[in-house]
Amino acid sequence: MTEPILSVRDLVVEIPTRHGILRPVDQVNYEIAPGEILGVVGESGAGKSMTGNAVIGLLDRPAKISSGEIYLKGQRIDQLPITQMRKLRGKEIGMVFQDPLTSLNPLLRIGEQLTETISAHLDVSNREAEERAILALEEVGIPAARDRIDSYPHEFSGGMRQRVVIALALCAEPSLIIADEPTTALDVSVQAQIIALLKRLCREKGTGVMLVTHDMGVIAEAADRVAVMYAGRLAELGPVREVLGAPRHPYTEGLMGSTPLASQGKERLHQIPGAMPRLGSLPDGCAFHPRCPYTQDRCQAGDTPRLKTCDGRAACWFPVNTAQQGVA
Amino acid sequence: MNAIVSIRNLTRVFDVSKPWLNRVIERLPKSLLTAVSDVSFDIEEKTVYALVGESGSGKSTIGKMVVGLLKPSEGTVEIEDVNLFTEQDEDTIERVRSDLSMIFQDPYASLNPRWRVRDIIEEPVAAKGEKTAGLAEDLLEKVGLSAADAGKFPHEFSGGQRQRICVARALASEPKLIVCDEPTSALDVSVQAQVLNLMSDLKDDLGLTYLFISHDLTVIQHMADRIGVLYLGRLVEEAAPMQLFAEPQHPYTQMLLAAAPKMDGFGREVPPPTGEIPDPINPPSGCAYHPRCPLSIDRCKRERPELEQKDQARVACFRAGENSLDLQTMELEGQATS
Repeated sequence: MTEPILSVRDLVVEIPTRHGILRPVDQVNYEIAPGEILGVVGESGAGKSMTGNAVIGLLDRPAKISSGEIYLKGQRIDQLPITQMRKLRGKEIGMVFQDPLTSLNPLLRIGEQLTETISAHLDVSNREAEERAILALEEVGIPAARDRIDSYPHEFSGGMRQRVVIALALCAEPSLIIADEPTTALDVSVQAQIIALLKRLCREKGTGVMLVTHDMGVIAEAADRVAVMYAGRLAELGPVREVLGAPRHPYTEGLMGSTPLASQGKERLHQIPGAMPRLGSLPDGCAFHPRCPYTQDRCQAGDTPRLKTCDGRAACWFPVNTAQQGVA
Repeated sequence: MNAIVSIRNLTRVFDVSKPWLNRVIERLPKSLLTAVSDVSFDIEEKTVYALVGESGSGKSTIGKMVVGLLKPSEGTVEIEDVNLFTEQDEDTIERVRSDLSMIFQDPYASLNPRWRVRDIIEEPVAAKGEKTAGLAEDLLEKVGLSAADAGKFPHEFSGGQRQRICVARALASEPKLIVCDEPTSALDVSVQAQVLNLMSDLKDDLGLTYLFISHDLTVIQHMADRIGVLYLGRLVEEAAPMQLFAEPQHPYTQMLLAAAPKMDGFGREVPPPTGEIPDPINPPSGCAYHPRCPLSIDRCKRERPELEQKDQARVACFRAGENSLDLQTMELEGQATS
């Protein structure tokens, strides 16, 4: 087995408040191998984006990493000083955010933004930086890149802008890309284009991708493995076919059932009763037990089930669908 | 079945020109954006008619014209045989307007943060000067919240609960038709399931009609009785969900269905669609889809295809019918060569 690009071990993020300490990320463990796309799903407030931000060291105060370790290609990065972290960001870790308009500077031509990033991280001449910028734009499928390099972000459509953002994330040849809801603001046909692009680039360059999204369909098509998060904790982690095909955690099962696609032809959609608990008032034991149809005594009191202490795939004492091995 | 809404040749043009002085100095012509172009359809009573399309296809503009928030440039919208823009009789206008209601996409932006939930829900009725005692409490219970919530402010609720409040407000004037503009796009899937179930239940209980606007094909497939597919302001296909999803006739619908992520599409490799929605200020000649269409012929560039009846569906494509066959043969040939 090759060395993972990213390895997150027992990561805990805490936010101290007047009413006690909140844990938006609670003992999260995962690894991303080269060329692998790890999908991270969950509802709003599940801690998906917070996990991504912790990895790139962009947690807003007062949130902070209180324990756990993050390794990038074997090097520990969670304790790096700000100046070193800044060098790492963009160089080793590229980022793609949800809204392409707000992640580009509207006052700078896209060529300037690309060459700025390239010169900051690679030791190249201005001329070569520009050549690389054009190459990066061609790579993400922007037609006539040489002419469009002097355009401003507003001259591009939403899909093209997101391509520029991806080019920006890729131009310093990072080994990891964190894509936080990269297609949520885009139309279906453009979404398909962007997903295909991400998959191709990650395969060709061996870049690891952490794809944060709430869209199960996108995960099914793009990801190799999937991590399901609930209330800051990992609920389930495994190969995408197995997790989506035969979910073991009741929450994953409920989430799958409530998508209109899964309940095709049925009069009513499957509903998970209730709502996700607030971080300040998490129930004891398993955070999902008040909404879980299979809840038992052990879920309501005592230890919180974790992946490690359960079967390694689902953080549940009584996983479902254990007989099935997922769709082949 | 009676049509509660009948839309004929509906067109809406927006003037997006620069200010006149700039136009004079820079010698620019007026630029007009045709958001909706010659759209006709009927909505049967007690059914769900869904409009689907990408951004800029004119879905929301049609929704706004149906409730009377925008005036059509050409064509007519008749609700219960009344055209709200030409009707003279005040009482009739009043009656038809109270039969109309709307639910918007963003439950954070569509509730006044300074009003209590009771005032928000009662306003459509209070504005007519009618009695509102107990109305908000009844409606809150109907949408699955508790009567005690009436005294709270919107910020005390989650996104899904807020959308329930929006539904309660839409129901306050006892409407017959509710225009839902992307009602669940801002919600998480599990919350979306709750809101969609609520909307289906209310439709059955109260005999409502929905004009359901969404870009999400899976939601549309679940909710709709009839689907209209829009591209660049034009209706390109109209069919029942079963037929539309099983046998899409228009190449644009086929592209849209192929591009939508599939739940069981693990590692699916489909060639992504090419091109983008053209500039609506200078739409392509003839069929607006022809620059992206794999089946386009010369005729598509010159003539605009009309929406024509094909079995149970209506399609605006010169090559509809033959194309599904062509695609199949193309696929077969592809398999043979690979």
